Amino acid sequence: MADAGLTYGYFPGCSQKGSAREYEMSLLKVAGKLGIDLKEIDDWSCCGATSAHATNHRLANALAMRNMLLAEQQGLETLVAPCAACFNRLITTKAECRNHPESKKDVEELLSASVSNTTSILNVIDLFDKASNGLIGSGRVRDMKGLKAACYYGCLLVRPPELIDTDDSEQPDSMERIVKATGADVVEWNYRTECCGAAHSISRRDIVVDLSKRIIDDALMHGANVIIVACPMCHTNLDMRQRVMRRMYPSHKEIPVLYLTELIGLSLGFTESELGIDLHYIRFNMPNEIMNQTAQA
Amino acid sequence: MKNSFRNGFHVLQPGFGPAAPAKTASDEVYPNAAHSYIAKEVAAKTFQDVNLCYQCGKCSAGCPVRDYMADSPNKVVRFVQLGLEQAALNSTTPWLCAGCLTCSTRCPNDFNLAKFMDAVREISIEKGVKTKEKEISSFHEAFLRQVRLFGRSYEAGLVADYKLNTLRLLQDVDSAPGMILKGKLSVLPHKVKDRKTIKNIFGKTTHKKKRNG
Repeated sequence: MADAGLTYGYFPGCSQKGSAREYEMSLLKVAGKLGIDLKEIDDWSCCGATSAHATNHRLANALAMRNMLLAEQQGLETLVAPCAACFNRLITTKAECRNHPESKKDVEELLSASVSNTTSILNVIDLFDKASNGLIGSGRVRDMKGLKAACYYGCLLVRPPELIDTDDSEQPDSMERIVKATGADVVEWNYRTECCGAAHSISRRDIVVDLSKRIIDDALMHGANVIIVACPMCHTNLDMRQRVMRRMYPSHKEIPVLYLTELIGLSLGFTESELGIDLHYIRFNMPNEIMNQTAQA
Repeated sequence: MKNSFRNGFHVLQPGFGPAAPAKTASDEVYPNAAHSYIAKEVAAKTFQDVNLCYQCGKCSAGCPVRDYMADSPNKVVRFVQLGLEQAALNSTTPWLCAGCLTCSTRCPNDFNLAKFMDAVREISIEKGVKTKEKEISSFHEAFLRQVRLFGRSYEAGLVADYKLNTLRLLQDVDSAPGMILKGKLSVLPHKVKDRKTIKNIFGKTTHKKKRNG
């Protein structure tokens, strides 16, 4: 259960202020409604993302740790990082500094400050599955039945297993539990934890289109009518890149891709535009069953 | 949590198991492979011994980008095990690695291959080796330039910087107007107030590029 009065630090990450702004819109709406207090870290900076850890590990550690240090200084013990990549950078740096004193010393020198390295980091699945378990069901005003959701975890919410408190890194079901709480059905499918190509989105678009198309086709083959994600990079690759898929493969069948927070928001009664669902490239149409409930209400 | 048999069980005691095979001619080619520059450098950056890998190939079997690589991921590990520095540093495999961690999760001997790839890529940058995957390296450079300047990633600046550096001026040109209309590509950067700290971090960590060798 969410602890009443507990304030979570909120680390938005760069995408939440730009290409994934509907993720932030929906997260803040949902958190507000469920009484989860999120306080944005003052003066947060980029976690370094793939580009830092792929080319310079000291830079990557320092950039990620700067934000955990700010959280410490601002009295925030638990941080919510909705972006899967930011979440993963933070937990990886935290673990490296915990396990290797020389890395911690280096980071402290780079930041000219000492760090206690005790901030807990949550992703949105942790937030809604563990920290606020049960809240969605009690706040629900709309039953999302009629939606057949393919829950897509991607990579960075389930791996590496030694750092992530997941039920099973190959066959997780925490996102399914949250989706079921909204009343939606979940489909069994194969590509839940396969990679979408992530940061190659711009530099090797060909790879990303291939990998993302396989994910989409598998979801469709198993009867899904919506894909649920919790990562801005996955969303870009699965939603925006369907325009390229449509050009390359005329037979491509489209499927809308929603953020987990948008689905929760719909079940809590928010409209599509309040949650930013109209900002997606692939249009999301609510199934008739849900529309009829709204008409009756 | 993953079950591991690393906790002492597989550390064979002297006299246990079959005797080591006699040295062959090929062993003499790389007499101190495990102590080669590249193996030591990788170990220092990753806190793990490259010889943990016993070349079962499970990483490559599950790698989502294996189809696009000339060298399989475990082959690059082999290069480093053998001390074949140039082969490892010139391979495009580390650049194509998407960092999805599937290999690191599935490795039966707990070798963190994604971390290994990060280290090989970083060493190749330190040594000034130019990768043939120019688009990927240009993207990372452009991304980090935005972070260095503003403290956050500035997507419009990133795209412009990347396009000018790769001369891929027309790719995705149809996406940009839609993104701006949707408010997804902000025209101005969000700046961090304490840019001094960010500048400092970059100043102290940026690799001084050396000539190859």
